[in-house]
Amino acid sequence: MRLEGDRRAQRGWRRALGWQIVLATLLWSGFAAADVPVPELKTRVTDQTSTLDGAALAALEERLAAFESRTGSQIAVLVIPTTEPEAVEQYALRVAEAWMLGREGIDDGALLLVALEDRNVRIEVGYGLEGALTDLASRRIISESILPRFRSGDVPGGIELGVERMIAVAEGEPLPEPQPNWEPGPWAGLKSLLPFLLIVAFIAGGFLRMLFGRFWGSLAGATIAGVIVWLLSSLLMVGLVAGIITFVIMLLGGARAGGGRWSSHPRAGGRSGGGWSSGGWGGGGFSGGGFSGGGGSFGGGGASGSW
Amino acid sequence: MRRSVWVLIVVAGLALSGCGYNTLQTQDEQVKAGWAEVLNQYQRRADLIPNLVNTVKGYAEHEEEVLTEVTEARSRVGQIQATPDMVDDPQALADYQAAQGELTGALSRLLLVVEQYPDLKANENFRDLQAQLEGTENRIAVARNRYIQSVQQYNMTVRRFPTNLTAKVFGHEVKPTFEVEDEAVLAAPPTVDFGDGN
Repeated sequence: MRLEGDRRAQRGWRRALGWQIVLATLLWSGFAAADVPVPELKTRVTDQTSTLDGAALAALEERLAAFESRTGSQIAVLVIPTTEPEAVEQYALRVAEAWMLGREGIDDGALLLVALEDRNVRIEVGYGLEGALTDLASRRIISESILPRFRSGDVPGGIELGVERMIAVAEGEPLPEPQPNWEPGPWAGLKSLLPFLLIVAFIAGGFLRMLFGRFWGSLAGATIAGVIVWLLSSLLMVGLVAGIITFVIMLLGGARAGGGRWSSHPRAGGRSGGGWSSGGWGGGGFSGGGFSGGGGSFGGGGASGSW
Repeated sequence: MRRSVWVLIVVAGLALSGCGYNTLQTQDEQVKAGWAEVLNQYQRRADLIPNLVNTVKGYAEHEEEVLTEVTEARSRVGQIQATPDMVDDPQALADYQAAQGELTGALSRLLLVVEQYPDLKANENFRDLQAQLEGTENRIAVARNRYIQSVQQYNMTVRRFPTNLTAKVFGHEVKPTFEVEDEAVLAAPPTVDFGDGN
């Protein structure tokens, strides 16, 4: 009887625990989902509150596009209802990181974020524009141009004036000229050539083996592979390891090809080729004619204000 | 011959990428870069303080105590030799963090006191300094967050199989990081009321 009671109590307890876990999971996923998602970047001006009418949107878009073609820098505007539960600073940084405004390596992007219901506004500035669009300059744009208009109910006017001043200030930043077709330098491509260089080294190693015999040929091939890897990784240790591995395998592989003693073991290799997916290419920024960020990064520069 | 070439390629590729050596190196560098940025932003804050203290002094002479507190906290921070190597030393990191935390506390007390001086709050120079201070605090929060994330990634690589073997061979150890409880305080934006509130 007591045992029965114990067991029942245990079952009850276990059920309670089960419920707690379910509840906790639900709550947790609820909290996790509560963060406002970052909207997809399609146009320079994204308005989720229908505050700006078609004409205002088009005018802003055009102005920002002209600014980009003139200087290469990217400024985007986002109007949303709320950033809750996050602070406007946290949300703005998340958007900036996702959108990657500004050119890669130059980081000349900026974001004007308006959270209408929270009555918060923030200018988030990329690293490359921090020299001109300082925290101070951003604060002044917000408190002198944007907030007075927002307070009097003219949100579109405030955004327009804010963008105008952001452009004017950002133009003071000395930046490299815009380049329509920017391509990475020769060094950037070298890294992705690594597999090919290795193949070349191995094939050369095969010839060397034919020329010098199994041992010396393998040694020569291993040296070439080792040196190439060393140069590419600039780490002697890695090169040495690669060289030794190459040497051992070429020696064994040569034995199999030559002596036939290993031919009873046809496993490993052979069929496993063809699986080299480097992933180094593709994944570019082709989003089908729309607007997309250039790869700029942000470090929390800028200013916020509320009305 | 052809088969042996493929075996070579696959094994060499695995040996180079699979052991996680390059990942470890990259993440180690990221941790260092993240730390340098944290130091950079803290330095930026320290540079703002003398100016801020002087401006406040002009309006609020009676607040000697809190002003001294800020100045002293700043000099304590300055005494700690902040180096890139601190990322590997839990004790040094904790000391540095404590000193910066004290300065953060002293600064927020100063800004609270300032609330009682409408003239000072209206002063353009003070408002500029405050905007810079707010911007810097935000940058510090961002830099700290990124640093914590980079350490997390690095530590995960060091702990996980099979990269933990590589880490052991090359002497990479788990790195200390900032306390997260401290993070919640920092991430909260400083609340400063410019209106006369209550």
